[in-house]
Amino acid sequence: MSREAVLSIKSIETFYGPVMAVRGVSLEVRAGEIVAILGGNGAGKTTILKTVSGALEPRKGSVTFEGRDITGRYPDSIARAGMGHVPEGRELFPLLSVRENLEMGAFSRRDRGEISASMDLVYSYFPDLKPKTKVQAAYLSGGQQQMLAIGRSLMMKPRLMLLDEPSLGLSPLLVSEIFDILDRLNKEQGTAILLVEQNAHMALKVASCGCVMEAGRVVFEGDREKLLGSADIREFYLGRKSEGARGKRRWKQRKTWR
Amino acid sequence: MTDFLQLLIVGISQGCIYGLIALGFVLIYKATEMVNFAQGEMMVVGSFIAWTFVVGMGFNFWVGLSAAMVVMAVFGFLLDAAVVRRIIGQPQFSVVILTIGIGIILRAGSGMVWGNQPLTMPTPFPGNSEFFGAVVGNERLAIIGTTVLLIGGLVLFFRCSRWGVALMASSQNQLAALYSGIPVRFVFSAVWAGAAVISTIAGTMLAPITLIEPLNSFLGIKAFAAAVIGGFHSITGAIAGGVLIGVVEAFAGAYLPGARETIGYIIMFAVLIAWPGGLFGRAHRKKV
Repeated sequence: MSREAVLSIKSIETFYGPVMAVRGVSLEVRAGEIVAILGGNGAGKTTILKTVSGALEPRKGSVTFEGRDITGRYPDSIARAGMGHVPEGRELFPLLSVRENLEMGAFSRRDRGEISASMDLVYSYFPDLKPKTKVQAAYLSGGQQQMLAIGRSLMMKPRLMLLDEPSLGLSPLLVSEIFDILDRLNKEQGTAILLVEQNAHMALKVASCGCVMEAGRVVFEGDREKLLGSADIREFYLGRKSEGARGKRRWKQRKTWR
Repeated sequence: MTDFLQLLIVGISQGCIYGLIALGFVLIYKATEMVNFAQGEMMVVGSFIAWTFVVGMGFNFWVGLSAAMVVMAVFGFLLDAAVVRRIIGQPQFSVVILTIGIGIILRAGSGMVWGNQPLTMPTPFPGNSEFFGAVVGNERLAIIGTTVLLIGGLVLFFRCSRWGVALMASSQNQLAALYSGIPVRFVFSAVWAGAAVISTIAGTMLAPITLIEPLNSFLGIKAFAAAVIGGFHSITGAIAGGVLIGVVEAFAGAYLPGARETIGYIIMFAVLIAWPGGLFGRAHRKKV
């Protein structure tokens, strides 16, 4: 636990117009660590990622990346500082080829040799993309699009990657493939990852710690064992019913954490 | 036959001018989803500035044109960076009014600075050339040549240069471009600069033929029609739309004298009825 924090979020509050989507959240991601944010729809998970990467500006609180305050900076300058954001729904450049998409990920880097080394690296993690180099991104399958989105982000050699629901709309097999790759990336490249997921089961396989959000607040946090051990999480996110004749009543009691 | 050829070449060269201005519309629209109704006025201001360098200060035509291109590039860049960018996120209607307003300011302003009398510009391409009996002014041919070179350069830029691909990326998915570290705001301002430069080239190449006056900005409306015909999406579409209008106009001028000024819009409506997406419209719709 002595490793330094790559990212530290201090009590941020983010609004969509008058609606407060994130109500004072603090989080830390340490070097080489995978942190998962779990929670249902509308809990504010995506908003946190968007606030961190600069697409939204927090009304209060601060975001620090590698010791520098990046609150309110523009997303492109935050990306150039070494933070990759793989947004929800992939967000590729649909009419550009796979290769061009990857090249755009490396836009801020200059050294051609290093860029092509990164490209080889991406193809080694995602061999499915290799034969599609010249295909327009719009014609890839959902899984390949997700791989391309992650690959594009890898091209900037990020020290921290924000991943927003990488499992969205993918078959269980592909989901576990993607998570395996994330795990490898984290171990082999040392990239810290902040992961937003609804699929808690998968997320907790790779994450070393995480938190659960509800209605804009963090309601539960801890390391993997603590999260996996929590009866609430087991019930609501991992889908394992606790035994006992009065299970239904228990469910009602535990519906809220506050 | 010689009449036909002559009208065709004159029409194509006039159409190239429409096409180049239309290109400005298309570039800005594709990148920023704004229609810059001041495109014609930018052309006029650009040609006035070139006139100042060439006639007023006595520079060589090419030096004057290059200097005017630099001035207009800075102008276009700053126009976006200081004014237009602030309206992002407002309804389309505000954007339309803003650019129309900028156009009126530019037209009135250029009238105040350079006067409303037509100014003459010397041509670096004197004389005529003959093709199979058709006699065409060399400055007309120069317009066609310049357009071809310019289009070639632009296509190369979009295919091969990092910044060209970054521009396409920014126009296809702004958020993803930002997340990839592309300085999207700079890219968009650069597009405005590029559109201003292209219309300066168009205006200055045309200046020896039509003279320069603030009223020339109405060419911008025809160029808009050309862009619509071309589908508002591609370089090819813009130039093809421009050439189509130019050629039909030239023939209408000879055979249907009353229809010369309206025929371009009639074609635009006919195209829109037959192909609502324009001649070069794309099947691939942008996700919003």
